[in-house]
Amino acid sequence: MKLIFRYLGRYKKWVALAIFVKLMATLMELSLPYIFEHILDYVVPAGDLKMVLLWGLLMFAAAVLTRNTNVKANAMAVNNAHRVSYDVRQELFRKTVNLSGSQFDAFGLPSLISRMTSDSYNVQSAAQQLQTLCVRAPIMLVGGVFVSMTMDAPLAMIMVVMLPLLLGIILFVSSKGMPMFVTVQEKLDAVVRIMRENITGMRVVKALSKSDFEKRRFAQANEEMADRDIAAATVMAIPGPFMQLCLNMGLALVVIIGARRVNEGLMKPGVILAFLTYFNMITMGVMGVNRIFMSLSKAGASADRIDAVIRTSTDQKILPPEEALQPSGDEFIRFEHVDFSYGESGGDSAGFLGESREKALSDISFAIRKGESLGIIGPTGCGKTTIINLLMRFYDAGAGGVFVDGRDVRSYDKDELRRKFGAAFQNDMVFQDSLRENIVFGRAVAEDRLRRAVEDAMAAEFVDSLPEGLDYEAAIKGANLSGGQKQRILVARALAADPEILVLDDSSSALDYKTDAAMRRAIGENHPESTVILIAQRVSSVMHMTKILVLDDGKCIGYGTHEELLESCPAYRETYEVQMGAIA
Amino acid sequence: MVQRERFAVKKKPKDTKGTLIRIAKYLSDYLWIVILLVVLSFLSNLGNLMGPRFAGKAIGIAEEGFRKGVGMVDMDTVIHYALLMALFYVGSNILNFLVRIWMTRVGRRVARNMRRDVFHKLQRMPVSYFDRKQAGDIISRVSYDVDVVSTSLSTDVIQIIVSSVTVVGSFVMMVVISPPLVLCMLFTIPASIFFTRYMAKKTRPLYAKRSAAYGSMNGFAEEMFTGQKTILAYANEDTITERFSAINREAAESYRNADSMGMRMGPTIGMINNIGLAAIGMGGAVLYLLNIVGLGQISSFVLYSRKFSGPINEISNIVNEIFSALAAAERVFQLLDEPEETADLPEARPLADCRGQVEVRDVSFGYTKEKTVLHDLSLEAKPGQTVAIVGHTGAGKTTIINLLMRFYEVQQGQILVDGKEYRQYTLDSLRRNYAMVLQDTWLFRGTIFDNIAYGKENASTEEVVAAAKAARIHNYIMRLPQGYNTVISEDGGNISKGQKQLLTIARAMLYNTNMLILDEATSNVDTNTERQVQTAIRSLMQGKTSFVIAHRLSTVQNADKILVVDHGDVVEQGTHAELMAQKGFYYRLYASQFE
Repeated sequence: MKLIFRYLGRYKKWVALAIFVKLMATLMELSLPYIFEHILDYVVPAGDLKMVLLWGLLMFAAAVLTRNTNVKANAMAVNNAHRVSYDVRQELFRKTVNLSGSQFDAFGLPSLISRMTSDSYNVQSAAQQLQTLCVRAPIMLVGGVFVSMTMDAPLAMIMVVMLPLLLGIILFVSSKGMPMFVTVQEKLDAVVRIMRENITGMRVVKALSKSDFEKRRFAQANEEMADRDIAAATVMAIPGPFMQLCLNMGLALVVIIGARRVNEGLMKPGVILAFLTYFNMITMGVMGVNRIFMSLSKAGASADRIDAVIRTSTDQKILPPEEALQPSGDEFIRFEHVDFSYGESGGDSAGFLGESREKALSDISFAIRKGESLGIIGPTGCGKTTIINLLMRFYDAGAGGVFVDGRDVRSYDKDELRRKFGAAFQNDMVFQDSLRENIVFGRAVAEDRLRRAVEDAMAAEFVDSLPEGLDYEAAIKGANLSGGQKQRILVARALAADPEILVLDDSSSALDYKTDAAMRRAIGENHPESTVILIAQRVSSVMHMTKILVLDDGKCIGYGTHEELLESCPAYRETYEVQMGAIA
Repeated sequence: MVQRERFAVKKKPKDTKGTLIRIAKYLSDYLWIVILLVVLSFLSNLGNLMGPRFAGKAIGIAEEGFRKGVGMVDMDTVIHYALLMALFYVGSNILNFLVRIWMTRVGRRVARNMRRDVFHKLQRMPVSYFDRKQAGDIISRVSYDVDVVSTSLSTDVIQIIVSSVTVVGSFVMMVVISPPLVLCMLFTIPASIFFTRYMAKKTRPLYAKRSAAYGSMNGFAEEMFTGQKTILAYANEDTITERFSAINREAAESYRNADSMGMRMGPTIGMINNIGLAAIGMGGAVLYLLNIVGLGQISSFVLYSRKFSGPINEISNIVNEIFSALAAAERVFQLLDEPEETADLPEARPLADCRGQVEVRDVSFGYTKEKTVLHDLSLEAKPGQTVAIVGHTGAGKTTIINLLMRFYEVQQGQILVDGKEYRQYTLDSLRRNYAMVLQDTWLFRGTIFDNIAYGKENASTEEVVAAAKAARIHNYIMRLPQGYNTVISEDGGNISKGQKQLLTIARAMLYNTNMLILDEATSNVDTNTERQVQTAIRSLMQGKTSFVIAHRLSTVQNADKILVVDHGDVVEQGTHAELMAQKGFYYRLYASQFE
């Protein structure tokens, strides 16, 4: 909730103006029944038609003025809210794309996306309602009570007595109802999950003829959700009719007590009618407060979720030179006794093992010179990608030093470090944009260099076969490209800016051996200056690298050239023999 | 409320009548309840309408007494009317509460039935549908669209009944009280209707624009967050944030345009009503002076005029909601109308005691009409044989599997199983005779045990453990704190690709069939594990007709027959030794591993 006030605060004057105008509009609205009561009680019995006409016109003018002021106030509130929502989303987006790897993991992708979409929407609505509904409803409430008090205090006591009861009901129901809706949401998640599982795994479900089983599984989740939903909706249906009930009882009391006071000559009959109108108004106010409660408690939760992201301070400080480590060698890229575990920072809750994470890397050292190449090979989950994550400073090493060009990576300005790289990751993204934009990716890349990158990435053949060529529009997440085509576009992206360091993380797994080999050859020939780091499952992909690092379970079990490793590393030799089959 | 507004697509549904009829069909399951509710809400409304009449009478008596002097009000009659008023109101409120609760129930039940129907429909849909459609789109129909329909059913239906009864009822009462006074405020009806229609015409495109702007903003954010690492890697944060700024601004502005226009509605209708009130005041004064009406009559007339104008105010909102509910329902029905998987032929019999003799004869196939992926493909697998399919990416290997499992229908040629055209068998039984391990591993949220036992109901613990051991995943599972009872998060979130694949291999091991399909079954497993699993897979393949697709040619060397596919044609066929001797395509493919 603080977030909303903070951002509304930026437009203090405008917000104050909007609230003031809304206040005026509401007061005018409140005056209308007063005028009408006056007409009925004094003007009509006086029998002066001229006066009737005059007062009628006055009421007409007041109605028009009320409308215009209200419209103006609403427009101002919406205008302020639109600025606030723009600011909040912009800040949230900027912060999110700048999160470090471990911070990103701690929030989780689905949660970050829903903060951006539904939470920011709730905040926008709240920002608007704070200036309209939150002004109008309490004013209606307080103003209604106040005006009716001045008209006839004893009669007004009926309302004053009833109000706490109504507000109590609102508080009670919303405190009961909100947790129920949370449960409904959880049950809905289960329904959606099973649906999603079936959509993605339809081949397996069909192949194993598990349709009936899946239908039962779905029916159970579906039933549970419907039950919870009905329970929650039933509770939430209480306040409306209940308040109506209270109001109507109050109306009957107003009529009886009002008539008695008329009987005693204490007030005029027109007051009863005006009272009925104010009573209505006050109930509207109570209903409005009810709505405010519902939507603000939702918005408050949303605002806190957004604020959690926005207030995340960067956990990767740029070290001043005196604090940075010094490498003990002058190679271009050096790892010195590096240890690392995921989930150390940022409260890890994703781990389903419920125990502390094992080290993803322990005591890793290697060094390569400019223009050389490093191959990294090892079983799934052995920490190959982690090395890249540390080298590009998506995460910071737990112990040891990572150096690029003789400097601790933590001493680089972030962009300065990453500009040295061209990288194609495992499961990397092709964005919804033209192939050209996907390869250029916001950098200044000349047409001929772009073309060379496409050719070196072995993408020329398929790009040229498209009628639009490089202007072909990729769908969201590159859905209209095959796995192999995507990988080639990603490699072209990595190559396009002639990077100092080229990182290819399993980026040829969908290519056949021949294309893979041709790609590696082209990169070697046309980018001799680039230092290459290549992660692969196939020995044939890494065997020609200057150095090869063999990982197992986060530990280095072999480091050297292909020939050296054949001698010294049994695991490497075995893998080689298996993959090469009889010929080797 | 907020949620509904957010997505409300203000566009007109295409086939309003048809959609309404289909919604009515869903409601007809609860026909008697709905009829009862309609009657109850009618009664509740009548009660509500009687209230002001009694209030007016009471005030009239008070006014009469007032004119006579202090102490002249007939309090007994006043109390009599006031109690009647309270009685009618209370009865009406209780009925209203019951109606609301029950209508909500009906709405949620209908939603549940719709979700069930969609899910059942999905089970009958061909695989090609899922290859074509995005999961997100289907899911938003199940969660969001169904919800819109259900909320609309629970509230709008009642609201319409209530509103129309109220409008008609209070109009009748007003006429009963004083026809001349009705004439005074009659102009508010056309004014309100005209204004509502005018506003609807103006705001609907603005709201549509707003939904579209939000949609594209959400899409952009989702895509960029998913690719956050890439953006960081290319130091592209600022450029992307700037691009977002433009999209964000457009969303914010479309919100401002739509909502500041939309928020003119309430105050304007309020103004029309207040002017109507002023007119009643003036007209009433004239009539009062002419002694045609009393103050009490004016009082109750005013109360009715409020009741009369209230719903008109609401109707504009309801109309918008109903339109968006109809559009949502239409999206659900559209899905329900998608063509289903080809039904079994009437003469189809279950495939029992399958020997595993498979023959593909001159099969041609293309996913689209323009492009054939397979041309006149023929192959034969004798019972127990292993047939390997190799070739470049996109050569059509997986397509062959799609046809064998009848995920797609053969367009030309025939596939025979045990000597009979395979459409002569029921689809279920045909598929049940294949076990398969695919490149895209699939696990669901559930325990590891359930995931392995998925293919075989009532599998014993021993069987599951044996399968896991054979797939070389048992030790890993035992290292987990909950062992076989460990719950795998959605889509196997926290296990590596390789371990997922081993789990699906274990699943296939448990599923005893005579035919086996391995489509890149070990592509995500490292070579060492693969070698260990190979032994298990080899024993799995024992005595089964197996179709194997693999990148690594080392894994297919022992096949009885290797099919080399290129651009949808079988270019070579034979054993490893034969093909190597030919020094053709396969030889080159094999040699390219070592470049």
